[in-house]
Amino acid sequence: MKDFYLIYKNLTRKKMRLFLTTFAIFIAFLIFGAVMSLRSALNAGVEMSADNRLVVVHKTSFTNPLPYSYVNKVQAIEGVSKVTHANWFGGYFQEPANQIVTFAVDPETYMEVYSDLVVPPEQLAAWYSNQTGMLVGERMAKANGWQVGDKIPLSSNIFSRKSGGQTWEMEINGIFKGNEDKIDTSYVLMHYKYFNETQTFGGDNVGWLILNTSNADLNEQVSKAIDTEFANSNAETETSTEQAFNKAFVDQIGNIGLIIFGVVFMAFFTILIVVGNTMVLAIRERTGEIAVLKTLGFSSIRIFKMVLVESCLLAFLGGLLGIGVAYILIKGASEQMARFLPNLSLDQDVFLQALLYMLVLGLITGIAPAIRALRLNIITAFGRG
Amino acid sequence: MNNENLFELSNVSKRFTKGKETITIFEDLNMQIKKGDFMAIMGPSGSGKTTLLNLLGGVDQPSTGEINFDGQRIDNLNEGRLAKWRANNIGFIFQFYNLMPMLNAAKNVELPLLLTNLSSAERKAQVETALKLVGLSDRAKHMPSEMSGGQQQRVAIARAVVSDPKFLLCDEPTGDLDRQTADEILETLQLLNKEFGKTIVMVTHDPSAAKYATHTVHLNKGQFVKEEELVS
Repeated sequence: MKDFYLIYKNLTRKKMRLFLTTFAIFIAFLIFGAVMSLRSALNAGVEMSADNRLVVVHKTSFTNPLPYSYVNKVQAIEGVSKVTHANWFGGYFQEPANQIVTFAVDPETYMEVYSDLVVPPEQLAAWYSNQTGMLVGERMAKANGWQVGDKIPLSSNIFSRKSGGQTWEMEINGIFKGNEDKIDTSYVLMHYKYFNETQTFGGDNVGWLILNTSNADLNEQVSKAIDTEFANSNAETETSTEQAFNKAFVDQIGNIGLIIFGVVFMAFFTILIVVGNTMVLAIRERTGEIAVLKTLGFSSIRIFKMVLVESCLLAFLGGLLGIGVAYILIKGASEQMARFLPNLSLDQDVFLQALLYMLVLGLITGIAPAIRALRLNIITAFGRG
Repeated sequence: MNNENLFELSNVSKRFTKGKETITIFEDLNMQIKKGDFMAIMGPSGSGKTTLLNLLGGVDQPSTGEINFDGQRIDNLNEGRLAKWRANNIGFIFQFYNLMPMLNAAKNVELPLLLTNLSSAERKAQVETALKLVGLSDRAKHMPSEMSGGQQQRVAIARAVVSDPKFLLCDEPTGDLDRQTADEILETLQLLNKEFGKTIVMVTHDPSAAKYATHTVHLNKGQFVKEEELVS
């Protein structure tokens, strides 16, 4: 602790250099915080998938519908405990730009399969009994300022009504949330029956099936049994775990992991060179001073530690500023992007990872100059002998 | 070892290897420095003055021979122990002051005390005393760049004595100063020797500076010689 003042004075002796180096580290951790939060948001659906939940889609494309009859056939397969289904509605509110992710579902079975959704019992009962009712996720309700009892004209950019127009008058019967914060609640559920009976296009089809197996160990066996059951039919299926399905969905954007790795690697590699070079120069400039400290009786190990602490302080200074600003930006952006990226936030995991990288950056950039200081020979440094 | 001696060098040799060539600086050098002595070491360039100073200061070790300091053998100490020994026993004064440019005078003087277990208040009190001793109490908050060469050397002297070492090693302490300032610095060293009993060894090229010492030894080609031999 007695050396801290000395370290601090060394760190701040050249203000412009400190500013530029800190700024470079700041940028790296700003990028890190932002892209890691984005990845975390994209992967939230994958991470939160239940182990024993499978998704059955049309083998050609998940946009192709499946016959409604598949629901009962799948239910009969050994190892399947509960089955439900969903259709993509393609909803929007007032303006096409104001998208409302809406699924037409069978209410009772959907809520059984998605047992991680929490709804007050009286609201759930009201929705079950009201065919024109809808259940709104907490985030979606918050984003639009909706409350239970509100009447919402929900339009579709895909389907038309038999009675004309593309707008379904709906009433909010309940608001659901997840039993964990990360569970996506930025969507709306409506009755499949109401949707199926009132729309003009392709009746008695479902978009996809979702099922629970009685045991996650049976997932593979059940998947095979389902796909075999419908092999060589007009609508062959592809069954996968919900996790794999969500991941494939996210991967349509591109290999997010690779992109993130590339961006973060480039940023850190550049910073590593910049900060490493700065530290080497800084210590080289102080050769005489280090020799004086050693002459006065400061041990080589003590000076080695001082240099390492200095480089780590530099990394933490820029890093904490970067991650702090990233947190503020992400917090601001998360409200604007709640509909598309409901889980966008700089969470504890990203923060802890950032702290680890700050430490690693500090150690890597400090180790070479610290070793140089450790090995510095007093006589050579003074140029005498 | 004689109790009156602070330093005793017995049969000390120092050799350097440069490529295939071995350069001998000293061969079987013997020397005693009495407690309370103020010794000036003079000699031409390459005579071994600085190497001798390095050996006495524990920043270098002899190739052979023994160096005893106040009854303790120091030539066989490892680097870590030597660093501790230097911190406890030696005060260094350099030709070019070697102050830390980013620390003010008081913080520069405090440096050796960071190696002790003294509290912050105790360190502050000792720094004030040391600065007062060299007449720079009013310059405690000044940075080295804001002080003259003489003032910087006074700060360096305060730094050398702040932890109350027995022995001061001065490497041409007035080599970078004008005559008047040099005299002031030498008077301060003389005061430290006479009033505070510090044993001082000073390397200098300047005969005027050497006059402030209680006696002068001449070094030539790694051997002590009498003044008349040096002249001849």
